[in-house]
Amino acid sequence: MSFTGNAITCIRSDRVVFQRLSFSVKDGEILYLKGPNGCGKSSLLRIMAGLLRPTEGVLYWNEENISKSVDSFLGDFQYIGHQNAVKGALSVNENLKIWAEIYNLNKNNMSIDDALQAFKLDRLANLPARFLSAGQKRRLNLSRLSATDSRLWLLDEPSTSLDDAGSLCLKELINSHLERGNMVIMATHESSLVNGKTLNLADFVFNE
Amino acid sequence: MNAFSSLLKRDLRLAFRQGSDSVMVIVFFIVVVVLFPLSIGPEQKILARISAGVIWVAALLAAMLSMDRLFAADYEDGSLDLLVISPHPTEILVLAKVLAHWLTTGLPLIIVSPLLGVFLYLQADGFWVMIMSLLLGTPILSLIGAIGAALTLGARRSGVLISLLILPLFIPVLIFGVSAVDAALMGLPTRPQLLILGAFLLFATALSPWASAAALRQAVE
Amino acid sequence: MHRLANPTRFLRLCNMVKPWAMAITLLCLATGLYFSLFKSPPDYQQSDTVRIMYVHVPAAWMAMFCYSAMALSSAAALIWGHLVAQLIAKATAPIGASFTFLALITGSLWGKPMWGTWWVWDARLTSVLILFFLYLGFIVLHDAFDDTSRGARAASILAVVGAVNVPIIKFSVDWWNTLHQPASVVKLDGPAIHSSMLVPLLLMACGYTGFYLWMLIVRMRAEFNSNKIRAIRIRQANR
Repeated sequence: MSFTGNAITCIRSDRVVFQRLSFSVKDGEILYLKGPNGCGKSSLLRIMAGLLRPTEGVLYWNEENISKSVDSFLGDFQYIGHQNAVKGALSVNENLKIWAEIYNLNKNNMSIDDALQAFKLDRLANLPARFLSAGQKRRLNLSRLSATDSRLWLLDEPSTSLDDAGSLCLKELINSHLERGNMVIMATHESSLVNGKTLNLADFVFNE
Repeated sequence: MNAFSSLLKRDLRLAFRQGSDSVMVIVFFIVVVVLFPLSIGPEQKILARISAGVIWVAALLAAMLSMDRLFAADYEDGSLDLLVISPHPTEILVLAKVLAHWLTTGLPLIIVSPLLGVFLYLQADGFWVMIMSLLLGTPILSLIGAIGAALTLGARRSGVLISLLILPLFIPVLIFGVSAVDAALMGLPTRPQLLILGAFLLFATALSPWASAAALRQAVE
Repeated sequence: MHRLANPTRFLRLCNMVKPWAMAITLLCLATGLYFSLFKSPPDYQQSDTVRIMYVHVPAAWMAMFCYSAMALSSAAALIWGHLVAQLIAKATAPIGASFTFLALITGSLWGKPMWGTWWVWDARLTSVLILFFLYLGFIVLHDAFDDTSRGARAASILAVVGAVNVPIIKFSVDWWNTLHQPASVVKLDGPAIHSSMLVPLLLMACGYTGFYLWMLIVRMRAEFNSNKIRAIRIRQANR
């Protein structure tokens, strides 16, 4: 398995965010996206997730052009963005369950309860999510990662509003994900959680 | 299909727990209809003559009222991103959301419409046809409204904007819905109008998910 | 057609076409107005009021023509993502809306002597009124977003959906009209129109089309220029 991008250029409202950027991730690898604010880390992750169309360039999943065979890619990755996609009126359990169902529930190892336990949310399972703090909502969003078995994780600043314990949980989760031979791409401005490759987006900023 | 029912169940559950939306739509529907006798006068003959039209226009406006929230909540909390990139076609998920919207707003409107028929002295011959025409027509409102709701995501003043975009497209439904009831009152066959409404419904079911999904994809960019 | 998607090439074409469009417009409108106001015969029923037709009917034609042009270029913009197609749709909308408005106003002016009221719920007038609303929706949606490219794409989808609906709306309004107003309205146009009336009508239609092209070119150049200005401003902000 591999996920690569070739010569990707991103233009947002007439501004060239980055140009001719290439990357590659293989089984068991993690790639960090770094760079100052506005250098396009989030845009790149949204391009990878297929939410944003790149102005130029091609993405490949297992050597296959994603824009031509998107079905094999959809469902094989999880995207964690800035927003937590948590509904206050639903309980913690229900919130996670809906995404596990839409993203095809992990059948082999982890149930919803186990996924919640990984982020120490199991005792809150029946609480409506509007009572959660920002950090707890983020944990709930992250628990989606272990409730579904996707090969690739696309994480945009995943440790935002997490406390030390939460960050540790995330680190363990990423480690075990990589040990199972899967891939992670992560935008972060902190020091790395796990050792891995780094892509500095500041190198691809458009210069006149 | 699994994802369809999951999303449908989620939206219904949200609607029941938050509740106020459906109630608001029904109350609005009733209040608008009550305004007509108050403005035109309580003469039985005039009210009976305009009853079908008034009920249909009020249903249209009431459906419009709840339309702009169809995708907005999911758009604001990031759920829409996850729906668009899920392994299922966005069109199917749009249909699930539209069906949930119709069950929580269109269906209650149909249930209270006989009461409003009584308010406006609608003749007994008209009741069944009115319910039938609303049953065929209100899903079209939800379907076409979904296009408007998806197009106006993130726009300034989306509530007013959506009405301007969508109300002209509702005109065919209004014309045939009202004329079915009028035909029944005059003792004419109502089958043609109802069949045409059915055709519109099939057409909207084909067109709306496609257009709404295209609009949603460009909204999350 | 794809060759024209290049903005520079398109602008060059615009510069070439513009004087011709101007010439056609002025020539056709001048001769058309002369023929329609002085040469064509007055109607045996409506006498001189019939002359409003020469302004009204081509405007109604242009209203339809501009909507089709807008919907087609919107579809092209959605499918191939051409900036030029998107700008054509954007530039056509206000011109089309103006023609529609003109058709409504002249229709109403014509209605007063003919029907005795300023407005009649005639199937044609009603359809044109709804078409006017569709134009307004497109224009408003285009400007409703802070990010202009989002507005353009949303409006393109709306134009395509609207175009699919136009025949349905037309059919419904015709049905509604025959139901409520059994053929009391005089049918004016039809194949049996005399050539002394047809010639000025066609001349006027030519003039209107030329005017549309001329205005389209002017607006397109303004669009390209404002895009350039925006690009310069963005570059300044990033410095």
